[in-house]
Amino acid sequence: MRIPIFLITLSVLPAAAWAQADTRTASLAATCANCHGTDGRSVTSQVPALAGVPRQNIVSALKGFKDGTRPATVMHQLAKGYTDPQIEALAAYFAAQK
Amino acid sequence: MNRRDLLKLAGATAALSAAGCATTGAGKARVVVIGGGYGGATAAKYIKLWDPGIDVTLVERQPFFISCPISNLVLGGHYTIDDVRRPYTGLERRGVRVVHDEVTAVDAAKKTVTLASGATLGYDRLVMSPGIDFNFSEVAGLEAANRNGRILHSWKAGRETLLLRAQLEAMRDGGVYVLAVPLAPYRCPPGPYERVCQVASYFKKAKPRSKILVVDANPDVTSKGPLFKRAWSELYPGMIEYRGNSKAIGVDEKGMVVKLEVDDAKGDVLNVVPPQRAGDIAVKTGLITHNNRWCNVDWRTMESTAVKDVHVLGDATLSAPAMPKSGHMANNHAKVAAAAIVELLNGRAPNPAPVMTNTCYSFVSESEVIHVASVHQWSDKDKTIAPVPGSGGVSSARSHQEAIYGWSWAQNIWADMLT
Repeated sequence: MRIPIFLITLSVLPAAAWAQADTRTASLAATCANCHGTDGRSVTSQVPALAGVPRQNIVSALKGFKDGTRPATVMHQLAKGYTDPQIEALAAYFAAQK
Repeated sequence: MNRRDLLKLAGATAALSAAGCATTGAGKARVVVIGGGYGGATAAKYIKLWDPGIDVTLVERQPFFISCPISNLVLGGHYTIDDVRRPYTGLERRGVRVVHDEVTAVDAAKKTVTLASGATLGYDRLVMSPGIDFNFSEVAGLEAANRNGRILHSWKAGRETLLLRAQLEAMRDGGVYVLAVPLAPYRCPPGPYERVCQVASYFKKAKPRSKILVVDANPDVTSKGPLFKRAWSELYPGMIEYRGNSKAIGVDEKGMVVKLEVDDAKGDVLNVVPPQRAGDIAVKTGLITHNNRWCNVDWRTMESTAVKDVHVLGDATLSAPAMPKSGHMANNHAKVAAAAIVELLNGRAPNPAPVMTNTCYSFVSESEVIHVASVHQWSDKDKTIAPVPGSGGVSSARSHQEAIYGWSWAQNIWADMLT
C-alpha cells in the first residue's frame, strides 16, 4: 500500500505538533499578513482576506501579478519576489485556513 | 511503504515529540521579549501562535502601543493620537504575559533580565526589539533644547507628536517650519518627506503664507524621491524649499537657528531629527557590533552575532542590503525570529532560507498615497538576505486608491501584532 507521506504525517501527529512542524510554511505565509491579516484573515474590507480562498485562485492571481497580466498597485512588485514553489505553498496554506 | 513501516514511523514521531516538544514536562521553555513595538509585539504574538506551550513575557514601558507609521497624519491634523494608539490586551488574551516595566539590565551569562521594579525574569531565549535612541551629541545644544521642549524631534510617536502639533498650531501665518534630516541610516527613510507633506497640507489650509525648509544631511531625498518632489511642487507650490547636503551640527534655541556645516537655517518651529543608534538597552547588553550604532544579526534566526540566545529585531539591527528601518520590516524580522525560536526550543533546525517583505505607504496629502515595496530572500552565496532582483518598486503615481490601502495596511498590521 502506498500512502502519500504528508497524509501519514497528518494522521500521526497531534494537532499542535502538526502546527509546529509546519512553521516554515506558516512563516512564509506570515509575510502576507501585514496587509492581508494574520493567516489571511484581513480585518478590513478594502484588502481581501486570503483565508479559505481556493488554492487555484490564489495561484493564478499571484502568477498573474508576477507575469504582469494582472494589473495591481503593489502586488505585481511583491509577487515577483516569490518563487513558483513558494507561490504554490502560500496558496495551499491559505486555502487550508478556515 | 507497508503497514509495519507506518507503525515504525508513528513510533518515531511520538518519541520525537516527547523529547523535543517545548510544551511538555515540568519546565516550560521561557521567552522574554523586550520592547512592544512593531518587532517585539509581533514576536510575542507569533511565538504564542506557533507554539502556545512556550511561556512568553513581553516587557514594555508604555501602557499603550503608539504607532510611528501614520503618526505624521496627526501632525497634519487629519488624525488624532487616539487613531494611532492600540492596547496590549489582545496579546494578553493570547496568553502573553505583558509587564509594563523597564529593563535595567540583561545578564546574558545567567540568562536573566532585571526590571526597574526590582523583579528578575529568567529566559531560555531573549528577544530584544529596543528601537532607536539618539546620538544627541552630534548636534550641539540639541539635547538641552529637546529636554526643555523648545526643539523637538518627534521621531518616536506619542508625547512629542502632540507637542510638535501644538507648536505648528501656535505658529503665525507666514512663519517658517524647519525640518532637519540626519544622514541615513535612520528610522523610516521616507518619514521626513512624508512629514513635510503633512505639515504642508496643514499650512495650505490653515496658514497658507507659511514656508517649509528641509535641511537634509543626505545628498537628496532618500526614498521615493521623484514621487515626493512631484507631490511637493504640484500640491504645495512655492511652499517647500529643499536643501540636500545640509547637515545639522548644532542648534541655537534662543535665536531659533539650526546650524549647518556651511550656513544656518532660521525658523519659527525647528524640528531636528538627531542621528540614531540601537536603543540604550542594546548598548548596555553588548549587542552593538557596527560603528557604535547597530547590532549585527544572523538573518536566518535574527540571533545576535555578539551574544548567544539573544535575538535582535527592528531598527536596532545593522540593516541587510537595501533593507529599510521600517515598522513593516520589524514585523517581518519578528516572524523570522519567532519561527526560529519555536524550532530551536523544540529541538529542530530553523528555516535555512527565510523570506521578508516590506511595504511602506506615505501620505503625501490627507487622501493621496505613494508606496515603496520590496521582497528579501536569504542567499546562501552572499550569506545575507537581499532584495530579489526584478521585484519591488514604487508607485507609478500618487493615488487615492493607495490611501485606502495605506490605512487598511495600518489596521491589519496593528491587528497582526497586537491581537
